[in-house]
Amino acid sequence: MFSQVAKRSVAPKFVRSYIAGQFTGAKKANGKYTVTMIEGDGIGVEISKAVKEIYAAADVPVEWEDVDVTPLLINGKTTLPQEAVDSVNRNLVALKGPLATPVGKGHTSMNLTLRRTFNLFANVRPCKSIVGYKTPYENVDTVLIRENTEGEYSGIEHTIVPGVVQSIKLITKPASEKVIRYGFEYAKSINKPHIVIVHKASIMKLSDGLFVETAKEVAKEYPDVKLSFELLDNTSLKLTQDPSEYKDVVMVMPNLYGDIMSDLSSGLIGGLGLTPSGNMGNKVSIFEAVHGSAPDIAGKGLANPTALLLSSCMMLRHMSLNADADKIENAVLKTIASGPANRTGDLKGTATTQHFTEQVIANL
Amino acid sequence: MTRFKSERIAKFAFDFALKNNRKVVTAIHKANIMKLGDGLFRQTVKDVGQTYPGIQVNDLIVDNASMQAVAHPQQFDVLVTPNLYGSILSNIGAALIGGPGLVPGANFGREYAVFEPGCRHVGLDIKGQNTANPTAMILSATMMLRHLGLNDEADKISKATYDVIAEGNVRTKDIGGTSTTTEFTEAILSKLNA
Repeated sequence: MFSQVAKRSVAPKFVRSYIAGQFTGAKKANGKYTVTMIEGDGIGVEISKAVKEIYAAADVPVEWEDVDVTPLLINGKTTLPQEAVDSVNRNLVALKGPLATPVGKGHTSMNLTLRRTFNLFANVRPCKSIVGYKTPYENVDTVLIRENTEGEYSGIEHTIVPGVVQSIKLITKPASEKVIRYGFEYAKSINKPHIVIVHKASIMKLSDGLFVETAKEVAKEYPDVKLSFELLDNTSLKLTQDPSEYKDVVMVMPNLYGDIMSDLSSGLIGGLGLTPSGNMGNKVSIFEAVHGSAPDIAGKGLANPTALLLSSCMMLRHMSLNADADKIENAVLKTIASGPANRTGDLKGTATTQHFTEQVIANL
Repeated sequence: MTRFKSERIAKFAFDFALKNNRKVVTAIHKANIMKLGDGLFRQTVKDVGQTYPGIQVNDLIVDNASMQAVAHPQQFDVLVTPNLYGSILSNIGAALIGGPGLVPGANFGREYAVFEPGCRHVGLDIKGQNTANPTAMILSATMMLRHLGLNDEADKISKATYDVIAEGNVRTKDIGGTSTTTEFTEAILSKLNA
């Protein structure tokens, strides 16, 4: 009898000292959190101002620390100013507006530099239909987590002979495990305990296969979260045909598929001007508006701060300030739903940034 | 990614555009990230485009293309893509017009051509239930007839198929109806015999 008991194997329980991507910051003595603010270029200045005004009016326990990320060229490498890096490392969260990348020459993409400096391994992109801005797709409520450091974006390419090029898609177990584990934790935290891994392992048997196998392993530690798999082709098809099928799941996928599918999801709800996003690092997270700096309307008071506001709500939820997040998000959605007089030009409305901001404050 | 094959598909795309009175060929790529690989594809399509002066050529990054495709697909004409992006965009395209049951496809080689439903969905879950939509297969077959020069026959069959769908009385499950595969087929046959 005892030998039978001894033969039953128990899967070893992993206890981790920290799970990458969780918020570990603390309030200061005055009861407020300090958050790094990267205003960004172009319309970034106006929309950051709108966010600060709304936060002040909503009495959110957040103090802003503005930093400048204009890069320095140190030893030929584009580097962030040390004060900016220290600020983010100290505060553990940052809100970022759009940064422009000069075309052809000048420094490399600041977005990429930020990603590398803080090892932002997961990009979280929720897309929810905005009431009051109608698109041909209804009841969209998708969440997508994209691996942000490797995959097809590893930058490893070589020319074999002129006219023959190889690009390496790099999938590693540690990076896959980190993003998938973050996915499981996130799914639990937003009460959508179902992960869908989107892949093309039928073709890329080793690389996507590794991602899929890693997901199966991590799933063993989360028995209360369901795990399923879907081929990329089917996801493209079904997400366009009926996005409401994805409202109870969290999709996790490697870099390139995540890029394409997350932009597809944005297209369903009305574009990048309405989509929030968060980038998770080991300890640090940066929440950002993914739209561009719109130099053509910069400084004219016409910009739409919705994407930055919704990204900031993601940030508040990450910091467990859920009540404040709900308050602001509801006010924003109510304002957009209230009519074109209170919407900015990109949403076919007539409001200025200032008017929109005032309306959101009124709706708090 | 090789220049030889990129050139081959680009030429096919432009020839297709010429033959079918298309105006614009758009190359889909991610050359800002995969500068060498997709960069080669993008440049090759542009270069080949120079030799077709009547056709406009432009390019679009794949994530932007996916966003545009779901929000405003009418802007697109002919898209030429590498392998993976083509799979994604063709599935989006099928979803926009009613699903994989409606989309025909063709595969061309130098000597042979194989015609099959465009999305290549096997549909194991509805196998053997007589609910599948045969439209994609029928239209692929008519594409084959046109390829063989049998345009009259192709036109007859495709018109009958489109008419049945347009009338709306007999439709399979995937396009919102309750008819079986056999009922749908019979409806087309009666149109042909009428």
